Amino acid sequence: MTPSEFVAAVLLIIGAAFFLAGTVGLVRFPDVYTRLHALTKSDNVGLGFVITGLAVQSGSWFVVGKLLLIWVLVLAAGASVAHLIADGAARRGVSMWTR
Amino acid sequence: MDALTLLPRIFDGVTGLALLLLAFWALASPRLFTGIVMFVAFGLMMSIAWVRLDAPDIALAEVAIGAGLTGALLLAALARLSAAQPAQESTSQSVKRKQTLRLFRWVPALLLAMVAAGLAYAVQSLPPDSPGLSADVAANIARSGVSNPVTAVLLNFRGYDTLLEILVLLLALISVWTLGGLSSRRTVSAGPVLDVLTRVLTPVLLLLSAYLLWAGARSPGGAFQAAAVLAAAGVLLLLAGWRPHPRLTGLPLRLVLVAGPVLFLAFSLTTIATGRNLMEYPPPQAGVLIFFLEAAATLSIGVTLVALFLAERPPDKEGQ
Repeated sequence: MTPSEFVAAVLLIIGAAFFLAGTVGLVRFPDVYTRLHALTKSDNVGLGFVITGLAVQSGSWFVVGKLLLIWVLVLAAGASVAHLIADGAARRGVSMWTR
Repeated sequence: MDALTLLPRIFDGVTGLALLLLAFWALASPRLFTGIVMFVAFGLMMSIAWVRLDAPDIALAEVAIGAGLTGALLLAALARLSAAQPAQESTSQSVKRKQTLRLFRWVPALLLAMVAAGLAYAVQSLPPDSPGLSADVAANIARSGVSNPVTAVLLNFRGYDTLLEILVLLLALISVWTLGGLSSRRTVSAGPVLDVLTRVLTPVLLLLSAYLLWAGARSPGGAFQAAAVLAAAGVLLLLAGWRPHPRLTGLPLRLVLVAGPVLFLAFSLTTIATGRNLMEYPPPQAGVLIFFLEAAATLSIGVTLVALFLAERPPDKEGQ
């Protein structure tokens, strides 16, 4: 295993761990707002690690550019849609969870 | 069997199982909204399955049309259903209706069993290890005008399938317009976030659509995928509260809607009139002809899909 392959594998595993944490949060958190928080935050960071890992592995600047474009588009879409869902829930009067 | 050969099998097994479960939940959920969400998730898993089967063209179409646009159409339909007043029924009527429903419950079950039996027979009667028609396609691809075998089949060898598909879409829109009547709910202000997202994404989607159309000649892509991306931009614009100017929704809209079908029909008639088979391309000009037909089809399919999402028929003339 070359050093760059090792770095890529470590980055991909860290990314997968973030995705797992986000999914656990989606299933376990009590209301829509906290679930969105868990999902979007961890997915964005997780995807960042996965993209970085794949970029290290790819060995071509063209592919790196495409991967970065995917990351930016998913970041924009994910953050906006999370806002829209939370906004829609707030307008419909979904109350926030309190301890 | 070592771990590395086992891993893809586990992945495929989980994908197949998830597909079955999602299909079941999509059909069996008592809440329509849950059913639609399951259907969209099913489309996403299905596109992963197509990628695993080395069919990126179908994967693209499935994720863009099957999951994305159909999901948006279903959600729009659900919003209209909830907005419409449910018909008032007296208790005795509804009891009678339920009894009739129970009585005829076995009819769809019987039909489904017959379809399942027919499918099982068809799969059983297939020759084992058949290469299909891929050898014939590979042998004739040089004369088709494109180098992507999927596009060669869809636009050249079986172009009449695509012609009929485009006509079916137009018919669907005409049917929806005929039903008409239910005006869409006025959208509350979309808010700055959706507005900015739409402004950023629309040019990106237009570029992607053009790229998919152009790339379809050589690699996965083509008219339907490009049209789905074009329609996604349109749906996003509608959701953000944008409405086409009344001057555009009269004749111009209808011209765009029929451009693809008319060009396809005109080309088919020309091929017959010049003594060729239906949609048989002259090999030297095949590439150019396919590109123009696909471009017109992309525009028409994309606008048809957006019009289906908008659903209400725009007035024929300005000021009506």
